[in-house]
Amino acid sequence: MKMNKNSIGREIPEKIGKLKLSPFEGAFAHTPLVRQDKGNRRLPRLNKLVDTIEQAVLKSELKDGMTISFHHHFRAGDYVLNMVMDVISNLGIKDITLASSSLTTVHDELIPHIKKGTVTHIITSGMRGKLAEFISAGHMEEPVLFHSHGGRARAVEEGEIKIDVAFLGVPSCDVYGNANGYTGPSACGSLGYAKVDAKYADKVVLLTDYLAEYPNTPFSIDQDMVDYIVKVDAVGDPEKISTGATRITRNPRDLLIAQNAADFIAASPYFEDGFSLQTGSGGASLATTRYLTEYMEARNIKASWALGGITGQIVKMHEAGLIKKLLDVQSFDREAIRSIGENRLHTEIDASYYANPLNKGCAVNKLNVVILSALEIDLDFNVNVLTGSDGVIMGASGGHSDTAVGSGLSVIVAPLIRGRTSTVTKRALSVVTPGESVDVFVSDRGIAINPRRKDLIEHFCDVRLPFHTMEELLDKAERLVGRPDPIEFTDKVVGLIEYRDGTIIDVVRQVKGLE
Amino acid sequence: MKLRRTMLYVPGNNAGMMKDAHIYRSDSVMFDLEDSVSLNEKDTARFLVFNALTTLDYEGIETVVRINGLDTPYGREDLKAMVRARPDVIRLPKTETAQDVHDVEAILAEEEKACGLPEGSIRMMAAIEGPLGVLNAYEIATASKRLIGIALGAEDYVTSMKTSRSPGGIELLFARSQILNAARAAGIYALDTVYSDVNNEEGFLDEVRHIKQLGFDGKSVISPRQIQPVHRVYCPDDKEIDHALRVVQAIEEAEANNSGVISLNGKMVDKPIVDRAKRVLEMARATGIRINELEAYCDEDE
Repeated sequence: MKMNKNSIGREIPEKIGKLKLSPFEGAFAHTPLVRQDKGNRRLPRLNKLVDTIEQAVLKSELKDGMTISFHHHFRAGDYVLNMVMDVISNLGIKDITLASSSLTTVHDELIPHIKKGTVTHIITSGMRGKLAEFISAGHMEEPVLFHSHGGRARAVEEGEIKIDVAFLGVPSCDVYGNANGYTGPSACGSLGYAKVDAKYADKVVLLTDYLAEYPNTPFSIDQDMVDYIVKVDAVGDPEKISTGATRITRNPRDLLIAQNAADFIAASPYFEDGFSLQTGSGGASLATTRYLTEYMEARNIKASWALGGITGQIVKMHEAGLIKKLLDVQSFDREAIRSIGENRLHTEIDASYYANPLNKGCAVNKLNVVILSALEIDLDFNVNVLTGSDGVIMGASGGHSDTAVGSGLSVIVAPLIRGRTSTVTKRALSVVTPGESVDVFVSDRGIAINPRRKDLIEHFCDVRLPFHTMEELLDKAERLVGRPDPIEFTDKVVGLIEYRDGTIIDVVRQVKGLE
Repeated sequence: MKLRRTMLYVPGNNAGMMKDAHIYRSDSVMFDLEDSVSLNEKDTARFLVFNALTTLDYEGIETVVRINGLDTPYGREDLKAMVRARPDVIRLPKTETAQDVHDVEAILAEEEKACGLPEGSIRMMAAIEGPLGVLNAYEIATASKRLIGIALGAEDYVTSMKTSRSPGGIELLFARSQILNAARAAGIYALDTVYSDVNNEEGFLDEVRHIKQLGFDGKSVISPRQIQPVHRVYCPDDKEIDHALRVVQAIEEAEANNSGVISLNGKMVDKPIVDRAKRVLEMARATGIRINELEAYCDEDE
């Protein structure tokens, strides 16, 4: 047997059977990070801080053609993406793939970076404002890839989106990288989308405006995933990151839709003790919870858990004992942010846990009822939440298709008529969520159950609610507002809409005549 | 039984609200050409309401138009246009005397004739908004066969009475009682005034409970958000429905046995009790409550 002497003079066999052994070479030989600090009395101050974003970008070895990621927990208050992109652009780095969990109106500032060639690919859940118009007008060479929240987590975990450097703004972290979303002036609550990136990116740079004392427990992003930390003046505008408790709308039409939705859900077989639900933050969706609360109290029904974007309204129901537990991938308002920071039963989850269709079990699969919005829904119940009636991108895929298919009962709420166009159309301009995963459409002028759900149609046959077929609703709307001329598109594809499993469900084309 | 629990005010110059007026399921919608329309928009509103009524489908909800008074330059024109638009009901503002009703009725008849409608096609209701009208309530209520009801308009009334509206509504007690009594004596509907603080839900509910207890059929509402609360207050509760069902059952059994005297749980059931029970069940059915026995009862009734 061949033996090797290791650094402390012990005889180590070269091999045991087929197993090759590596002899010890010294305590610091393979862990350079430790070596530099051994014996340092100031160990508690050992940190990953770098002075500027530029240093972080340089240290992360970001190169032309790489993929960087961001999260959208700061919503329209986000400063991080623009700050980092400016630095990258100034460094002359080109051909970047920008994979942000979503983009909002503040990200109009990306336009010059796209024009300059700094950013050549975009992967996102959605976009709005001038950036969205810019894309719809066909000014970007490569189409934007739109994914669902679950689909993104799947793509990141499977390596389809390989993140080279994740730049993650965090409301608080310590010098070693333990970060959470609910302390600090820029609190945003759950860091559900950021967590996936922190876990899978090659390099992780945290940006924060609040350095907390070590260890910043409880933490959502762990120190062992973090490479560099930059302290900045502000990661966002707190006023725009979160609003006070989202209020129930006073818009009578939204309230009517909500009442119809609550009436429908309460009469459905899913409304029983222990059910689970998810609601959006839109006016009608939020108001539905108010009317559902009345039904729950009257019939002594309690929900076992609520999922998703958590709002103050859901927190209120939880605190009133109507919902036992909350699973939170994104906190929508200050009440939700407060709650996730102090309530053990309000649990932060990441995007994969939330909705990745290919992991070993995501939360949407256990959802009974989800209430979702729509920009458009067609006669096949296909839902568009991405493009407006003018064909221009103005929304986000979000968790729409994830929750629609995962839940037992997916309820789409929207006014039948918006402005002067019908929400129900013959054929949706773009499809994010396929009709086979949509169960019912609830509007202010009637409710349509998907004919595929024969069980539901049978269940509701003697319930007195304003039921119609989708064709009847379309007819109702068109009698009032007429049928608009079709939007004209060119052949150029400006967006790919990816279904959660990675297949392409639709494409978005350049709007003709849009500058 | 036609329910008139809620009559939703819609300003006649608001196209957006007009197209949605019926979707909130009030029992009636009232397009206003009068006080909510400024002088320079009177004709615009008249055109808009005319076109809404002749174009849109209000899906069977009763349509009412409040016209301008005949003492204004607009009242006559309003009537001429509205007869041709054929709302179900014309609402007279500020009715003081029976003659006010007669004057409008005469023009209605003339216009109906002019456009080939059977006389009496369009019904009327009269709003009483001043002390004189309140004193003349019975004469007004019986002034025309077209009248389906009289309504209190409280804002002008309290001003004339040198007072203002209070949460308890004590200042309206006489007017409300007088109008209600006149309506009941004439066999027509009695409708209460608006509650203008839309965001005061509790105050609104108190007032609705108050006027329901007085005996009003319903109330004018100025926001769709006020509709369901009124309907809920007017909806009989389970106990009332249960009792009503028993009364109706008892009377049916008695009729089947040709027994003259009816009793339920040892108490005599006489006509007023039966009438009240039937009204409770009709109200319940109209409110959308599903009871099998109730459905059976209603089927027989129809």
